[in-house]
Amino acid sequence: MLLLYPIIVNQMKAAVQFSDEECCGFLFGMEEEGNVRTISAIMSAKNMSSFNKRETFEISAEDYMDAENFADRNHLKLLGIYHSHVGCPASPSEYDRVAAQPFFSYVILSIVENTVAEMRSWTINDEFKFEEEPISIININQQIHGYRNHSNSAA
Amino acid sequence: MATVIIPTPLRKFTNNTARLNVQAKTVSDMIQILITQFPDLRKHLLDASGSVPSFINIFVNDDDIRNLQREQTVVMEGATVSIVPAIAGGRPL
Repeated sequence: MLLLYPIIVNQMKAAVQFSDEECCGFLFGMEEEGNVRTISAIMSAKNMSSFNKRETFEISAEDYMDAENFADRNHLKLLGIYHSHVGCPASPSEYDRVAAQPFFSYVILSIVENTVAEMRSWTINDEFKFEEEPISIININQQIHGYRNHSNSAA
Repeated sequence: MATVIIPTPLRKFTNNTARLNVQAKTVSDMIQILITQFPDLRKHLLDASGSVPSFINIFVNDDDIRNLQREQTVVMEGATVSIVPAIAGGRPL
């Protein structure tokens, strides 16, 4: 399960929703037993894709190494990647699957008319197939609400 | 001896070890040593043809081995070898 603070959701939305190109970045936080991951920081990255940036993204090796160093310096774990799909669902593509790394959470935000219409998270299993990872939002009273039951909050 | 930096996604295969000291003459030797020690790394460091997969970058110090002699790149004493996953993807086509 991926636990997100509202400020993290807002930061991701702000990073992606007004761009006509795919946007991307890193997710940092802590992991507890039972694959419960709490994201406490994000870092946006430049889309370096040499293909159509509306349809693809790529993060440079330099940005990746910066993200690993950021995690080390701040005693956090690099837990995953977020990226946007412009005008299509928040489901992973074949390109996402082929490039996916083990362990990472892949948060995909679907952008429709400059609004986040859907946000879902995925992890790749040992057979290199994506499995959906539930997302929950932490409210200020530390109560947890299922994100997809409160999908209006993403818009 | 060289220091190999394991990226976070692959640490589940190295008992969560982030840095390993390896005595290797080339990157190819280094990969074989890693795979011998941690067999589950094989499918992530080598493709079916025995080459480094396209979604894995390897740097010897600051140099991408694809700009050097690829897997035959020499690993000098004291070098830092970074394994860096290529992060990429895109929307459904």
